[in-house]
Amino acid sequence: MSEVLLEVKNLKKYFQIGKKQTLKAVDGVSFQIRKGETLGLVGESGCGKSTLGRTIMRLYHPTAGQVLYNGKRISGHLSKEENRECCRKMQMIFQDPYMSLDPRMKVVDIVAEGLDSQNAAMSREERESRVVKLLEMVGLQREHAGRFPHEFSGGQRQRIGIARALAIRPEFVVADEPISALDVSIQAQVVNLLRKLQDELGLTYLFIAHDISMVKYISNRIGVMYLGSLVELTSSQAMFDRALHPYTQALLSAIPLPDPKTERKRSRIVLEGTVPSPVNIPEGCKFCSRCRYAEDVCRRITPGFHQVEEGHWVACHRYAER
Amino acid sequence: MSLLEVRDLHISLQTYDNVVQAVRGVSFSLEPKDTLAIVGESGSGKSITVKGIMKLLPKTGRIDAGRVIFDGRDVTEYSERQMRRLNGSEISMIFQDPMTSLNPTMTVGKQIMEVLREHEKMSAQDRKARAVELLRLVGIAYPEKRFGQYPHQFSGGMRQRVVIAIALACNPKVLVADEPTTALDVTIQAQILDLLKSLQRKINTSIILITHNLGVVANIANKVAVMYGGQIVESGTVDEIFYEAQHPYTLGLLASIPRVDDDSGSLKTIPGTPPDLIDPPVGCPFAPRCDRAMKICRLLRPEHTRISGTHCSACWLQHPYARQAAGKEET
Repeated sequence: MSEVLLEVKNLKKYFQIGKKQTLKAVDGVSFQIRKGETLGLVGESGCGKSTLGRTIMRLYHPTAGQVLYNGKRISGHLSKEENRECCRKMQMIFQDPYMSLDPRMKVVDIVAEGLDSQNAAMSREERESRVVKLLEMVGLQREHAGRFPHEFSGGQRQRIGIARALAIRPEFVVADEPISALDVSIQAQVVNLLRKLQDELGLTYLFIAHDISMVKYISNRIGVMYLGSLVELTSSQAMFDRALHPYTQALLSAIPLPDPKTERKRSRIVLEGTVPSPVNIPEGCKFCSRCRYAEDVCRRITPGFHQVEEGHWVACHRYAER
Repeated sequence: MSLLEVRDLHISLQTYDNVVQAVRGVSFSLEPKDTLAIVGESGSGKSITVKGIMKLLPKTGRIDAGRVIFDGRDVTEYSERQMRRLNGSEISMIFQDPMTSLNPTMTVGKQIMEVLREHEKMSAQDRKARAVELLRLVGIAYPEKRFGQYPHQFSGGMRQRVVIAIALACNPKVLVADEPTTALDVTIQAQILDLLKSLQRKINTSIILITHNLGVVANIANKVAVMYGGQIVESGTVDEIFYEAQHPYTLGLLASIPRVDDDSGSLKTIPGTPPDLIDPPVGCPFAPRCDRAMKICRLLRPEHTRISGTHCSACWLQHPYARQAAGKEET
């Protein structure tokens, strides 16, 4: 197996709300991503998956814990040089292609912004040709370079966002719900594009989404988050074949399948209630208030995140008994 | 007789300097207890169609042609006032975003009672009792306590339940749900779909569900209409659409969704983007993206060909002549 590219160690990100309350958006998350791999991160809204992505990208300062890139610490304070190096290697694709592109900039300037800030001494022609190459790589045309974002459809805008992220040849890309604002037939186009680019450029992805079926297509491994913590992490095949955590099982069973005959037969694990507020996290296992299997021990002791099979991690006291 | 019948509906929207022909000849009918899903991408005209039926079009929108017959009455020419009497009592609507469709400054109970005051002759006491009963019906715990709370004290899924309670307050004959679960998480979506199904059994409403999620369609609908470029390109029962789809767009749509229960290779895509309805194509709206497009597809709009009693497809490939020709040439 290839070497570890990114390692997250017990990462925490708390937000202070008012004077007394703390929102624990990311609460002790650890995982590794290997070179060339795609790790999918799923969870319901408010589970902290975007905050985790942004903390890794250094858009937030972590409250505690570390992020290591190629074995080097990249979280917390870095020198100017180190910071620049970091920005060159890690890039991000944002969720909303309507809000993440400056409406007053031409596509050529949007895509070249990273190039401009990284190596300022590039000639004009070289800059232009790099941008055209990038646009063609993501399936746009040369003449699109001179246009403004409003002249493009959602799917095309997301392609511009991808071209911008790839402009400085990063190794690692965080894609934060890159397809959830797009139509179904366009989603497939963008996912296929991301896969193609990964093969061509040897990229490593952290793919954040709430649509698990789409995540399965692109990811090698999937992590499921609930209330700021990872509850299960395993290969995408194992996730669908033998999910161990009751939350993962409920999540999988809640997806309606595009097949009326199975839908009619299928029995569904319907979760009671809603996610507790991340300001007031219950004691013990975070999921115990909605879990069918919760016992005394679950309400008292927070389960650790353990490897129970080769490459299959789960945070549950009772996974083995069921 | 159908509960709701829409015949050849045309709706246009005036923009700053153009006219968008958002709906271009839509016809369908809804029987009692039906759940009709209207499926399509954004901009395909599905929301505008139902807004046209309910006369909730934006100021720039206009019905150019067509008829809407609801429960034996032709409501096409109804005034806003007449329509207001119908909306909320006989046809009601659930909107996409539960965060913005409730009034943040009014308690939830008051918002439910508002509908009852508008449409039913009831004493204030009865109204309150009915509102509490509705909250219980949509599965809200402690309805008496929740009655006096404001929307911000409810979570997204709970707010959508309140919106459903308001929509069902007067036992409508038709419930229009415009992407009712799109803004919700999957586990909450499953709860809301179950709720809609059980409510439909209890109070016998017909549902028109607008969605782009084919999983949701398979779960709840019994009839499906697929819209593209302002037209219905294929319609039929849910099994006919999922297992015997004929129209290339429907087939492409079905192939482009990832399936958790299946692992065959990479996703199929439909190349290109939907047509611009400011200057809609003369022929089939899907022709520019269709890999089986023929010469005639670009020139002439295909008629609806009946495949079975319930199944229709608007594609030249299904035209009886095309079948004959294909039979002769063996292509």
